[in-house]
Amino acid sequence: MSRIFAGRVWKLGDDIDTDIIIPTQFLALESVEEMKKYAFNPLRPDLAELIRPGDIIVAGKNFGCGSSREQAAEILAALKLSCIIAKSYARIFYRNAFNNGLLLLENNELDDLCQEGDELSVNLETSRILLGGRSFSVASIPDDLWQMLAAGGLVPMMRKRNS
Amino acid sequence: MGYTLTEKILMRNTGKSSLQAGELLTVKADKVMVHDLFAPFVIEKFREMGFQKVWAPDKIVFVYDHLVPTSFSEDSRHHKIADGFATEQGIKAVHRSDGVCHQLMPELKYVIPGQVAFGTDSHTTTYGAVGALATGIGYTEMAAIFGTGELWIKVPPTLKFNINGNLPEGVFAKDLILRIIGDIGADGATYKAMEFGGTTIEGFSIASRMTLSNMAVEAGAKFGVIEPDEKTYEFSGIDGGDYQNLRSDPDAGYEKVYTYDATVLRPLVACPSNVDNIKGAEEMRGTRIDQGFIGSCTNGRLEDLEIAARILKGRKIAPYTKLIVTPASRSIYAEAVRKGIISILVEAGAIVNPPACGLCCGRSGGIVADGERVIAANNRNFLGRMGGPKSEIFLASPATVTASALEGKIVDPRNYFS
Repeated sequence: MSRIFAGRVWKLGDDIDTDIIIPTQFLALESVEEMKKYAFNPLRPDLAELIRPGDIIVAGKNFGCGSSREQAAEILAALKLSCIIAKSYARIFYRNAFNNGLLLLENNELDDLCQEGDELSVNLETSRILLGGRSFSVASIPDDLWQMLAAGGLVPMMRKRNS
Repeated sequence: MGYTLTEKILMRNTGKSSLQAGELLTVKADKVMVHDLFAPFVIEKFREMGFQKVWAPDKIVFVYDHLVPTSFSEDSRHHKIADGFATEQGIKAVHRSDGVCHQLMPELKYVIPGQVAFGTDSHTTTYGAVGALATGIGYTEMAAIFGTGELWIKVPPTLKFNINGNLPEGVFAKDLILRIIGDIGADGATYKAMEFGGTTIEGFSIASRMTLSNMAVEAGAKFGVIEPDEKTYEFSGIDGGDYQNLRSDPDAGYEKVYTYDATVLRPLVACPSNVDNIKGAEEMRGTRIDQGFIGSCTNGRLEDLEIAARILKGRKIAPYTKLIVTPASRSIYAEAVRKGIISILVEAGAIVNPPACGLCCGRSGGIVADGERVIAANNRNFLGRMGGPKSEIFLASPATVTASALEGKIVDPRNYFS
């Protein structure tokens, strides 16, 4: 997993709950590939089709609040977002994301300053995010979480432990 | 400095003689719960991880509740997969149609004071009402627990809520927790433990305490704990003598202490579509509604059905308004039948559904269309949770829901208690 990357921004607001990320009626679909087409369906039914690998979601506070449904993290990982940058995250979603190899970053200012379609450059070696000429700080990711991201999540880590 | 109830349970679990907020711990799971909606995923991840045998079949409980009764032919796939795994692994605690997981875990004494429990559902915090530390996790972490019996957690700081005095007539535990969430916000307790205490809580039934602990997660909390007392010991069928140290020390280190006067609280409504969008029922008076819902792990217990019956006795709910009642467990349903509560509800025009999650999780039992409004006694009013993305959900106590369904519009239920 690269620590330096750039991506196009999609903007969502505060309190994006897991029912918005993936509504209950789609949870019985058999595969994540099927399910990911319905990401953010109640809020923006067209968004899942528009998201391209490498894109970045920028959101406000309490991203991923609500239900423990791990499909919320799994489908966002399956959409191959390079990361999510929010003001804060709900705790179950936070754990689920890293367990599925999805990188979450925290920044308090970006959501208020960037626009949808902007290009962000992220450098996690220097803990900076660049938007146009402006630079923002981002908290570093603890080493053990990086190792899990690098391994692709908790399943490969456990498989390695058990092999 | 002393320790909080949360810290004491973590010390009990890990055998540590000291710890502090922010510290990372590996805890042993005393009990875990997996419900039908996520069981196939837990099982798939368990196998992908290369595990063969679960660490302790007697510490695993399967509850089928989100997809009971099935609404679509493919729903039964979840039950078949879970049944097959339970048989293969020797898991005997499988509840196929007995009610909602978070009602059953304390009710059937699977979780008792001082234990650490995890569930594949965010409302696992409910078990804090009986003095257990319990929280929701994803299915991948549950698969890892199935294999190892352990999970890492960070010791959370505790927010203490002291609530004193008696609630006024027509005001209930649901109004109290909505007030608290309205005050601290939907992320006001994220990563933290909430601890509820004071004379109001001492006076509460276990059922009312469960309403508080259940909704702790709606403020983002990891745990929502209440010190066990005589009521808890009796409910959990244990001798309290062994559990006397399960209380916070007088000099425990709380991150923040909030104080509430219960006597001044009033009926509240969480307006669409955030649980912290709180208004007085009186302020929302007259808002037309299409459907009421009483049920779920938040408010589907006997005292909730009793309140509904008390309001509905000898009355008829408004034409064009539906009132859906879903008891939280089979035993609650049976008791409500014995007490004549169900006949009062049915004669008033309510629709009584079998004990399960029902409408709360938006999969069955009263799905609504765009433009429709629901007033509901469950825990979430998220966009589209009960059907169309342009439907609206208001959360309230069973009393406010019942009175509003009766009149076809939001009303303050206190008129029915004077």
